[in-house]
Amino acid sequence: MVDPRTTVIPDRLRSINRIIAVSSGKGGVGKSMVATTLALSLVHEGCKVGLFDLDFTSPSTHLILGAENAQPKEDKGIIPPEIKGLVYMSLIYYSRDQSAPLRGADVSNALIELLSVTQWGKLDYLIIDMPPGIGDVVLDLLRLVKRIEFLIVTTPSLLAFETVKKQAMLLRDLNVPVIGILENMKMNKSESIQSETEKLGLRHLGEIKFDPRVEDAIGDERELLGTLIGKKIQELVAAKVL
Amino acid sequence: MHEWALAEAVIATAQQIAEKEKLKEVKEVTVKVGELQQVEKEILLFALSQLKPPSFKDTKFRLIKAKATLKCRACGNTWVFSKKKLSADAAEAIHFVPEVAHAYIKCPKCGSPDFEIVKGRGIWLENIRGLR
Repeated sequence: MVDPRTTVIPDRLRSINRIIAVSSGKGGVGKSMVATTLALSLVHEGCKVGLFDLDFTSPSTHLILGAENAQPKEDKGIIPPEIKGLVYMSLIYYSRDQSAPLRGADVSNALIELLSVTQWGKLDYLIIDMPPGIGDVVLDLLRLVKRIEFLIVTTPSLLAFETVKKQAMLLRDLNVPVIGILENMKMNKSESIQSETEKLGLRHLGEIKFDPRVEDAIGDERELLGTLIGKKIQELVAAKVL
Repeated sequence: MHEWALAEAVIATAQQIAEKEKLKEVKEVTVKVGELQQVEKEILLFALSQLKPPSFKDTKFRLIKAKATLKCRACGNTWVFSKKKLSADAAEAIHFVPEVAHAYIKCPKCGSPDFEIVKGRGIWLENIRGLR
């Protein structure tokens, strides 16, 4: 018996120029916010962009984006709707307001299903909002999406960076491209994350000060791009770092 | 239709297997269709017939329905999936991504959403028969 779904995944992703997973070893560091503002910033630059929320058990990009009432269409697969100028896909279309408690095998199966039936079309970028850690989704994406690059998000906390370091080491050992590490929610002056990042042989993409306005910007793309996260990401996009 | 994307996957995989097995002509492809995903058999068959490559021109596609069996991890209860107890929206959501069953189905004995889909989840390529 053979699961036929994985065979078509390279075809489904063929017309996408770059696939960037926004990831972190730790939860609560601002991955979803970075992923969403990155996708919006690239749209702002005139790129055709997709955003794919793979944090199946705790999705949040639909709230950040303000993607209420949208639904994919069905045409020889699933065609995600365009929201705020980007092609947006999430399990939330199907789990809706219910909790979706999934174990590892279910996470893998849902991921393979969505990768095999989603028709993204031609994109310059596909930005993936990852769940925290180096579990099933990371391992499955490394197996199924050969061209994937990682953007790692951390906070200045050594607790967050400890897990980020392990993730970065795993990716380095597997020769997976890591664009760099972005330091989010900075509250004090310290260069420790920058120097630790450089010790790993990775690029420190900069720091973003803790911005209390972020909460109020949720759901409004113009406000989001005006936050410190939005400004930093736009700066990195304009400098062609991302 | 969602079934077209699944049919495309079946054809692509069957082609890969046929090449590996050095089959010049594929006579029969058997696909197991799990009831949890509620795939429309007629649409899947039509899509398969429309997508098949020249080496599959005389291929018969055989679909075998498999009942979906669920087993509760909390209390060990085993039961068979039935679409009848679901709302139309929930059934449609499970059709697209069977794993969201965990959002809509609970163990009928203890109420836990922590169950295993033992069999009958989605589509599987069961067998290919052809001539070398």
